[in-house]
Amino acid sequence: MYRREVAEDILRPLRVTTWRYYVLIAFLLLGVLFGAYAYYIQITSGLIVTGLRDNIFWGLYITNFVFFIGISHAGTLISAVLRLARAEWRKPVTRMAEYITVMALFVGGLQPLIDLGRIDRILNILFYGRIQSPIVWDFISITTYLVGSMTYLYLPLIPDLAICRDLLGDVSGFKRWIYEKLSMNWRWGDGQRAVLGKAIAIMTVLIVPIMITVHTVVSWIFAMTFRAGWRSTIFGIYFVVGALLSGLATVITFMAIVRKAYRFEKYIRYEHFKYFGYLLLAVDLFYIYLMINEYQVSGYLWSRHEAAVLSSLYGGKYAIYFWATVFMLVAPIFIIAIPRTRTINGILVASIIVNISMWLKRYVIIVPTLANPPMPSSFIMIYTPSWIEAAITIGSFCGFGLLIAIFSKLFPLISIWEVSESEE
Amino acid sequence: MENARDNSGIKWRYDWVMVIDLEKCEGCGLCEEACIAAHNPLPGQKWMKVYAFETPTGDISPLPRPCMQCQKAPCVSICPVGANYYNQDGIVLIDKDRCIGCRMCMAACPYGARYFNWRAPLPKKGESHGLENIHPVGVVEKCMFCYPALEKGDLPPCAKACPMKAIYLGDRNQDIVTNGEETLKLSKLLSERDSFRLFEELGTEPKVYYLTGERSRGCLEWRKASRFLPPSYPLSP
Repeated sequence: MYRREVAEDILRPLRVTTWRYYVLIAFLLLGVLFGAYAYYIQITSGLIVTGLRDNIFWGLYITNFVFFIGISHAGTLISAVLRLARAEWRKPVTRMAEYITVMALFVGGLQPLIDLGRIDRILNILFYGRIQSPIVWDFISITTYLVGSMTYLYLPLIPDLAICRDLLGDVSGFKRWIYEKLSMNWRWGDGQRAVLGKAIAIMTVLIVPIMITVHTVVSWIFAMTFRAGWRSTIFGIYFVVGALLSGLATVITFMAIVRKAYRFEKYIRYEHFKYFGYLLLAVDLFYIYLMINEYQVSGYLWSRHEAAVLSSLYGGKYAIYFWATVFMLVAPIFIIAIPRTRTINGILVASIIVNISMWLKRYVIIVPTLANPPMPSSFIMIYTPSWIEAAITIGSFCGFGLLIAIFSKLFPLISIWEVSESEE
Repeated sequence: MENARDNSGIKWRYDWVMVIDLEKCEGCGLCEEACIAAHNPLPGQKWMKVYAFETPTGDISPLPRPCMQCQKAPCVSICPVGANYYNQDGIVLIDKDRCIGCRMCMAACPYGARYFNWRAPLPKKGESHGLENIHPVGVVEKCMFCYPALEKGDLPPCAKACPMKAIYLGDRNQDIVTNGEETLKLSKLLSERDSFRLFEELGTEPKVYYLTGERSRGCLEWRKASRFLPPSYPLSP
């Protein structure tokens, strides 16, 4: 069963809504509408309104795509891997990680569609899809991951939905209807518990390899071309680890916000930040190691084609972004490693820095390679994102926040039954 | 010479190839202009494009680049919806009604031969060479050797416009190429002269041959070292 006072605590945000929440929703909605307006312009006039041209034909949208799909790896890492490791302390934070996974997948999956020249023909992927194409691999693995992670979010949510059904008598009829239907007649029976436990265990094992395929095939979109800076066998794991890094940083950021906003200090404790901080540190170091591998090998050989890309990173047009990325990957190591800065705020700052760095890193992977194609061109090799692209990017981030904010009012942010169990 | 085959092993009706004699090419850019006049792509897009390379010997060599009509085209294998295909003569074509505009093929093409229609269709002008001269928004397009002209026994506008008669087209099955003035035996031409194909080491089997000689020797040198690409100096701005 569950403990009443824990349930009341965690369900408080579902009953009480402050004016701050409405202000936040209004603000995020405005951002989404701004993005939607920009997309309307793009649809009616073509991609000419972006800063993209025939050489640098992928830009912010594909950067956002890799970034958001990357974030979506957080849920699985934290929830499934820690569940497999039977780490008890994970219980109050797994739900939030799973939310982030699903929402980031929605927003990330939208990005290549926004980038598409002919969105009206999107169904051609179903009608004429060819398994030889990395785009189709992406389509398959992302939709599989979306279904998988939604299931994985839903299963441990069932007992909590039953708690909502039983305790939240005063909410709107629509919400009560959702809880009634989605809790699937959960009555805390032993048989039900056994089935649920088995289902969660199966999903936990299934979701990990699916997650790994997702960012691997995302990286293969780049790696399976004849382009310097992309054509590399390290790309699969490089992207997966980068995804885990930014996902982890996003979960830490979200944890800090929720802890503050809903006064969940009792459940989201310093130890969570500390453990996640250590995990972030380890994944960050691993990512830096992979990055050194990637740049050291091609940088040592310095073949002319690779050199064109690398020199634009080391000392050329993109040096400022590249070195900013490196600095922002290294700085969090010290913030987390030094005990004085290893506070909740310190770890939060480290996470935000990591995420800025990871977004920039994706940009630095995509654009400089396109700016140095195998056949050099007389076109101007400058890509300046237009306001349309900026607006859609802002809209995407706001949409990500909006989805999470709405869900935080519909469903409990912390797994009530799991937390009750561990406190017993 | 071995007969060209497509991936499924069916012998093509014709096996169109292009031969560009770099010894004759002056880099004047008239082929570019004729191509633009015929096809009317977006401003700045050149389906036939003259590149200029500084060779290791320090010379600047012009190098016209149409689509290579690769026998093992990366754009065809990477397309998610099968919008890129080989026609019955091995020409790589784009189904403009099926393309979804993901631009994966542009990433895959090592020759930079592909262009995206960033905006709505342009007003129709220029001779069509039997092709529908329309450019739908949001799809990728490129050079197609003006294959309907070839089938009629005519040369594409780029070859016709070349004042140096440096561009030859022909059929590898029949082992002949012509620039409109002289008709030569392809296998003999390639064995007698120094020839190369662009980025041969990638295994894309391009169907555009470049002939070099004393004057354009540097280009051959460059080709030999083509794993190491030199910086480019555009001839025509």
